[in-house]
Amino acid sequence: MITIKNLHANIEDKAILKGLNLEVKAGEVHAIMGPNGAGKSTLASILAGKEDYEITEGSVDFDGEDLLEMETEERAREGLFLAFQYPVEIPGVSNINFLRTAINEKREHKGEDPISAKDFMALVREKSKLVELDAKLASRSVNEGFSGGEKKRNEIFQMAMLEPKLAILDETDSGLDIDALRIVANGVNTLKSDDNATIVITHYQRLLDYIVPDFVHVLYDGRIVKSGPKELALELEEKGYDWIKEELVEA
Amino acid sequence: MNNNLKFIKGLTPTNLSVNTNAQKNASNVLDTTDLPTTRTEAWKYTRVAKIGKIDFTNEATTVTSIKGKKVIDSPYTLVFVNGRFSEELSAKSFPEGVTVTPLSTLEGITTQEEFEGDIFGALNLAYLNDGLHITITKNKVVDEPIQVIHLLKGDAQLSNFKVQIDAEDFSKATVVQGFFSEDSNNSFVNYTSDIQVGVNTYFTMEKIQDEEAGNFHIGTDTVTQDKDSTFTINTITLNGTLVRNNLNIAVNGENCTTNLNGGYLLKEKQHVDNHTVVDHKVPNCNSNELYKGVMNENSTAVFNGKVFVRQDAQKINAFQSNRNVLLSDNATVNSKPELEIYADDVKCSHGSTTGQLDDEAVYYLRARGLSKSAAAQLLVSAFIAEVIAEVENEDVKSYIYKRLNERFGWDINPEDFG
Repeated sequence: MITIKNLHANIEDKAILKGLNLEVKAGEVHAIMGPNGAGKSTLASILAGKEDYEITEGSVDFDGEDLLEMETEERAREGLFLAFQYPVEIPGVSNINFLRTAINEKREHKGEDPISAKDFMALVREKSKLVELDAKLASRSVNEGFSGGEKKRNEIFQMAMLEPKLAILDETDSGLDIDALRIVANGVNTLKSDDNATIVITHYQRLLDYIVPDFVHVLYDGRIVKSGPKELALELEEKGYDWIKEELVEA
Repeated sequence: MNNNLKFIKGLTPTNLSVNTNAQKNASNVLDTTDLPTTRTEAWKYTRVAKIGKIDFTNEATTVTSIKGKKVIDSPYTLVFVNGRFSEELSAKSFPEGVTVTPLSTLEGITTQEEFEGDIFGALNLAYLNDGLHITITKNKVVDEPIQVIHLLKGDAQLSNFKVQIDAEDFSKATVVQGFFSEDSNNSFVNYTSDIQVGVNTYFTMEKIQDEEAGNFHIGTDTVTQDKDSTFTINTITLNGTLVRNNLNIAVNGENCTTNLNGGYLLKEKQHVDNHTVVDHKVPNCNSNELYKGVMNENSTAVFNGKVFVRQDAQKINAFQSNRNVLLSDNATVNSKPELEIYADDVKCSHGSTTGQLDDEAVYYLRARGLSKSAAAQLLVSAFIAEVIAEVENEDVKSYIYKRLNERFGWDINPEDFG
């Protein structure tokens, strides 16, 4: 699905990613953990196509295409989805209206006809139920006046509407109470299939009780320094990151 | 003789029944006043020198049809071409309670007599071509809007035009004014209005400015409100090279509501200047002012909004906001919201913002698959929809959205923006 090789990236001449390697196959869930400032959100932003970063080395292959050559919107239309850590409030633009535009841009990209109003509304009803998002919120301005939990559920609602091949959840669990966390995780698990993949970026092991990863990676100082099965997350929760730093120094 | 307005010698003084005192004062102002320059505070950002260089005339032109030059389909439409009343193209009958009289048929036109150096007001009166007087009879509620079309036809035409509206006590009505031009360049509408809003009266004015590029529009609306009345004016500027709107509202009675909204969507070298004054002279009134602009290419907007709250005018709620989006590095906005408050128990606010589209929002929308231009269109539409939503008449709204599509390619579905 996605193969990241030796990725180096700077922001304003400061190196953030320093040779990151990661491969995610269809049907898999990967968790990326790591201390603050390790480059987790930078990785998410670079994959989504944010323009603030300079890629100095490396490659990203997304289903046979060079992801780094694609515009942000092309990546989305090809099936990459980023659930934002801080979803943006857009006053005056209705969630529904913008999602219909997004779906139709994607369909046009694939050479399909626009979705009918009836099918679209049926989809909204089905998917908003999945994340228990009030139908009223679905039709309000994008994220405007939403609580933190509502914003995150709205991200997963959009993900459900757009049915991506690869979803990247950037600290979607931060700030969620246990009920909201369950709802979000349930949404992600329901959408999971053999054809799509998920990268879960998180600070806390707690989320991984609900979204069970196939692999856990530790991102530290711009590189993946340790990978392991889901039990690695528990170990990190228990022991923190210092032992990994020590291991690195020893090596 | 005025050296700035050379074209005056080619014009015929008004033959309308304007009182002699006003006429004398007007020609006095014209004799002694220069065109304002940018050294004049009220014209600091708007240059009108070009107007003085054009040899304007005023020709009676016969137009057989106004074709698309209308805002709405209304059986109560009045048409003026180059400031002259077109009997053939105008409605003959009006809803019950509405009396419409061309000024050219009125004996004794009552209007302001002092011009305080206002050269355009003086020019308007001294060379008044025509205009109309509309009376909404006491207690009458008129559901159908009355539409007034001002059409400029031909090059270098000057139209001096006046609208007088007397909305009598307890009445309710809407007047839609559409300003258009056909095959015109360097033509100039010099417009004034006197609007009286009676006791407990609801009066709404929708002004749509859509003259072709290359033409000038200077207008002054003078409004007085009696107690318990609600006056709303929405000014939407869609085209024209130089547009200056003066709006002076005197709130003379208590418990009034005043809504003044404006939208301007500019491109090329368009220049639009909105100068508004709301004068709260008495207590217990509300005024709401929202002007929003979207600026493309080399366009310029000027906003100067003044709200006076006089010493005795306690318990006033006055809100004023001017917000602009710049879509080009070459567009300019000069915005000056002003509050002058002499009372001590009031709730007033004013604000002005000018900026580009929110980069984070554009990125967020693109990350969902929208192209850059679709994202920008969605954000601009949402921005301007807030002020267009203040337009009460649905057909007027449709006209605005149709024109935005034609001019900017913005395909906006109003329902998406409430």
